[in-house]
Amino acid sequence: MDRLPLVATSPQIHAPGSTRKVMGGVLAALAPAAVWSIVLFGWHAALVIAASVAASVITEGLLNLAFRRNNTLDDLSAAVTGVLIGFNMPPDVPVFIPVVASVFAIAVVKWSFGGLGSNWMNPALAGRVFVFFSWGTDMTRWTLPGIGGADAVSGPTPLGSIKVALSNLSEGIDGPMRLLESAGMPTTYLDLFLGRMPGSLGEVSAMLLIIGGLFLVILKIVNWEIPVAYIGSFALFMWAFDGMQYGGGIFSGDILFHLLTGGLMLGALFMATDMVTSPLTRKGRIIFGMGCGLLTFVIRRFGNLPEGVSLAIIFMNILVPLIDRFVKPRRYGVDS
Amino acid sequence: MNRFSTFARGGIHPPEGKGATSNKPIRNAPLPAIAVVPFSQHIGAPAKPLVEPGDHVEEAQIIGEPAGFVSASVHSPIPGTVTEIKSLYLPSGIRTTAAVIELDGEFSRLGKPVRTRDWSEMGQDEILEILKQHGVVGQGGATFPSHVKFSIPKGRSCEIFLVNAAECEPYLSADHRVMLEHTEDIIEGIRIIKKLLDPVRIIIGVEANKPDAIEKLKDACAADEIEVMPLKVKYPQGAEKNLIEAILGREVPSGKLPIEVGVINANVGTLVSVCEAVRDDKPVIERVVTVAGGAIAQPGNIRARVGSSIRDLIEECGGLAEEPEKFVSGGPLMGFTFIDLDSPVTKGTSGILALTKKEVKSFAPTACLSCGRCVEACPMGLVPTTIFKNVEHERLDEATAFGLDDCVLCGACAYVCPSHIPLVSAFKAARGRIRRLAAMNKG
Repeated sequence: MDRLPLVATSPQIHAPGSTRKVMGGVLAALAPAAVWSIVLFGWHAALVIAASVAASVITEGLLNLAFRRNNTLDDLSAAVTGVLIGFNMPPDVPVFIPVVASVFAIAVVKWSFGGLGSNWMNPALAGRVFVFFSWGTDMTRWTLPGIGGADAVSGPTPLGSIKVALSNLSEGIDGPMRLLESAGMPTTYLDLFLGRMPGSLGEVSAMLLIIGGLFLVILKIVNWEIPVAYIGSFALFMWAFDGMQYGGGIFSGDILFHLLTGGLMLGALFMATDMVTSPLTRKGRIIFGMGCGLLTFVIRRFGNLPEGVSLAIIFMNILVPLIDRFVKPRRYGVDS
Repeated sequence: MNRFSTFARGGIHPPEGKGATSNKPIRNAPLPAIAVVPFSQHIGAPAKPLVEPGDHVEEAQIIGEPAGFVSASVHSPIPGTVTEIKSLYLPSGIRTTAAVIELDGEFSRLGKPVRTRDWSEMGQDEILEILKQHGVVGQGGATFPSHVKFSIPKGRSCEIFLVNAAECEPYLSADHRVMLEHTEDIIEGIRIIKKLLDPVRIIIGVEANKPDAIEKLKDACAADEIEVMPLKVKYPQGAEKNLIEAILGREVPSGKLPIEVGVINANVGTLVSVCEAVRDDKPVIERVVTVAGGAIAQPGNIRARVGSSIRDLIEECGGLAEEPEKFVSGGPLMGFTFIDLDSPVTKGTSGILALTKKEVKSFAPTACLSCGRCVEACPMGLVPTTIFKNVEHERLDEATAFGLDDCVLCGACAYVCPSHIPLVSAFKAARGRIRRLAAMNKG
């Protein structure tokens, strides 16, 4: 024999998975929405996403070099963070903002806590929230999508519009779709589904996000519990209580509108499902998802901000250690 | 398929890899010219050697006697001369002394007609003594001495006797072949155990991927009150505690033995040994070994004498077709790697695997992602990553509180971990450290 066989502790065989494959799968699932954002918002979208990815990867690479740590770039997690930050940017954001968000996400939120696996908050969301509160105007200037991005016209997101319009609601408005119409921004559910509305680069097309999310869930790259619990509980709360602000009764909310707008799909399928910052057990993940759904509803319905996904997930991230402490599997021979 | 019962928590579905051997009849390995017979082939105290270099021994002669309550006899697999008592490491990492016997003289049993004896008049103590004298140990892998296992502690009774025919480890098909080719011996072994334990029910649990064995057993035990229960294919179905849960829905309390819930179980190979010991007066000097893996030219099931070298078994299977990444004794999920091909076959050797790089798929560990796949895989309802993190920080008390001792070392967690974290390795090492610390504290 040319070389000695390996000596190892059991198990002697291994499933084919790896961190790189997990992250690679997430990148593949995000790709259609990335392409669509470029189609809708033009080359500036490509620039923003590329700058976020480059800033994330370079920050992590430099930190590894500076502190003589092993190279971690090939696990692709920095690239995933970069893409998600890009996805969370308004279409004509100045490029320095996603770069700052990426550096903050990687250096402060991820790396300083020990790198992949040790961060307790989703780095991409933390980066987004950091720049959101630092450059509020740039982060809330939206453009209407036009194929090719020519003649970008600015305008509020659907959620932003209704937040404003709800303050002086006139007679005969029975829901958010009618409200948008009366505010001079008529839209259809199909527009919302396909992403023909102002919004962050990667969040607008619910359809492509759902396709990507289904791909991840079916391949078991991410779990089903969080998206189902998140979207389900959010829909339930919206259905039950959102109709009341339009003068309707209980259980008259417009579920479809709320599912298709804002960052809900991106958040529920790609951000809340970040395994590092979500609970370990199935039951824990369901609680986590329901918490995200409830908080997103509360912020959208009662908050000052039109959007609640980022803050809801970050808040639930903080609760994850607590959930993991109290929600455990039933142990064999102990808990029976 | 989902109708079949199984254990509730976790479990994994690795590629079965049994097809290469499960349809091939058991072949006899050539007799070894030199047999290396370890005195520690079982759990418990090593047998006390009864022979010295220069002694002549007969086939099946006792050469080591039990040296404690939990211990087992050892016999010479071939007639010959003891040339040396040497020390060696077994694939499991256990260091043991072994008798080296050079073939010489006449076989007293081989090739002679088997003289069976009527055991129906034997008492329970007599049967237990025979098992002890004939070195019968559990052959599923744990090698616990059978005469101890089948002695019911005072104040307890065995309500149910379970026959473990799950054979859930990938690649292995030795039990499968034994069920097909030694069906009668298994049933006879069960009858002997029935006399010994007087159980209310006897259930044979077989994974559903062995339909021919299930049919054969059902036909063979139609006259006896023995139930055959097909089980869903899921690893680790054959782990004692999980098998009990799968078949009966009972859980053995943490830290207790199955008798706590009225159960005693045995592997099918063990039952053949019980039958041969009691009916044929034959000690355990041979067993069926699956020789498989991508690097083996002609995988198969081989009946080999204890003490045969692994090299001979691989040669018997056409040698190596390609260079293996690992040699494994046992199944791929709980087995041990070894380097020395001159290591002997022991009573517990269920399989010899030569695995290729493609089959092994090992990578360097990366950081834990807290993905929870280990939690979903654990058949004991543990949170392996939490135990691991505590072990890594030398918080052994916390690790124990999280269930380190309940871990059955099945390897399901480490198998699925996308970060390739050596969970089982850490758990084994931590248990060793805890044992040594406890021993030091005792003085």
